[in-house]
Amino acid sequence: MNQFFKDAIEFIPILFEGAKLTILVTIGSLILSTLLGMIWALMRVSKYPALVWFSSAMINILRGIPIIVLLFYIYFVMPDAGISLSALHAAIIGLGLAYSAYQAENFRAGIEAIDRGQIEAAMAMGMSWSMTMRRVVLPQAVKIILPPYGNIMIMMLKDSSQASTITVAELALQGKLIASSNFKNATVFTLVAVLYLVMCIPLILLVRHLEKRNASK
Amino acid sequence: MIELRDVHKNFGPNKVLKGINTTISKGEVVCIIGPSGSGKSTILRCINGLESYGSGEISIDGINVNNQDPSIHLIRTQVSMVFQKFNLFPHRTALENVIEGPIYVKGEPRQQALERGRSLLASVGLADKEHDYPPQLSGGQQQRVAIARALAMQPKAILFDEPTSALDPELVGDVLGVMRKLAETGMTMVVVTHEMGFAREVADRVLFIDGGVIVEQGPAKELLNYPQHPRTQDFLRRVLQPI
Repeated sequence: MNQFFKDAIEFIPILFEGAKLTILVTIGSLILSTLLGMIWALMRVSKYPALVWFSSAMINILRGIPIIVLLFYIYFVMPDAGISLSALHAAIIGLGLAYSAYQAENFRAGIEAIDRGQIEAAMAMGMSWSMTMRRVVLPQAVKIILPPYGNIMIMMLKDSSQASTITVAELALQGKLIASSNFKNATVFTLVAVLYLVMCIPLILLVRHLEKRNASK
Repeated sequence: MIELRDVHKNFGPNKVLKGINTTISKGEVVCIIGPSGSGKSTILRCINGLESYGSGEISIDGINVNNQDPSIHLIRTQVSMVFQKFNLFPHRTALENVIEGPIYVKGEPRQQALERGRSLLASVGLADKEHDYPPQLSGGQQQRVAIARALAMQPKAILFDEPTSALDPELVGDVLGVMRKLAETGMTMVVVTHEMGFAREVADRVLFIDGGVIVEQGPAKELLNYPQHPRTQDFLRRVLQPI
């Protein structure tokens, strides 16, 4: 046990460097997936068949491709087309794209939960489609969307470990590198697991809070 | 003011309106009655462009109603609508519901909208409810807020789509009372309703619609007391003496 703590003190600064990248990848792809997901969802509920078709095609394609394959594609294949990205950028874009599909479905569910009659009432007072969304639909949809959104954040944080496959030295990869240099697998991966858990706990508490708040209404 | 010329409308193969012709003048109160599915609500929804219509023409003060054209937004600020299920915004208080359109659609100064909003709520008997959210209000109160919301736009006309059909019977009177007061102020009103008493007392004219056409129309008391067409007679008998 003593040895464990001695090793831990040695490894933790290195793992922290990885954790920083984990957080960076998570926040970057969270922002990207939220923006893209919102765009897909608004296209999906719009009145233009071409936009509806395009966004549902995008959502299905993104949902049907494993994240790891998407990452490989962006990092290894895109350079052939002249688009070279750093590993970090590729990871953020890959995870952001992959998760935009789930974000979109969550947003759409929230938007569609709003009673049709309210949208008609907004239209009947002369509101444009975008103002109806902004003033009537989205403020109410947010409350429905938030708890699942928190869950998506947790999943993203954990799935950011897949960025290790394209050489982003985030937490999982740092752990693997340390472990393969000194074979202290148990110590290293216990620490890695604990660090992931520590990062997830605030999010888990946030989701629980949001769910409670909704239930009390 | 509101003119409908040979208006046709289909839902798929289903012909809902088969040539509606009528003109509603300024200050007139017109009640539309008829069996369910006869196209009454569809007429209202076509007038403010919530539904498109196939052929014919609807115009309001000479402006053609076309819900594919940007002009529809302006028309809708001039012709308000009150719905069967109130359709208030549940995340906003009664007062916020009333000032929403004036502030965000018409760009009125907030203070001015607030003042008028408060006096409108008072005029429908809900001065003390301005901070309540719609779910805290009874159906009758919600519908009166909805009427205040419609009036807040300072419209040229208000369309009422079965405004009392979703209410408990004891709450119907309050809403009809507000509507009657409104009619006395000279507001142009088109009311789809099953309240024959209201139609007889308040309406200037009644249209009886069946099968997508106006079967019979005339001054309210005349049509309701002495219907000429057998279908009108039959309908009124069923409504007035259900047992």
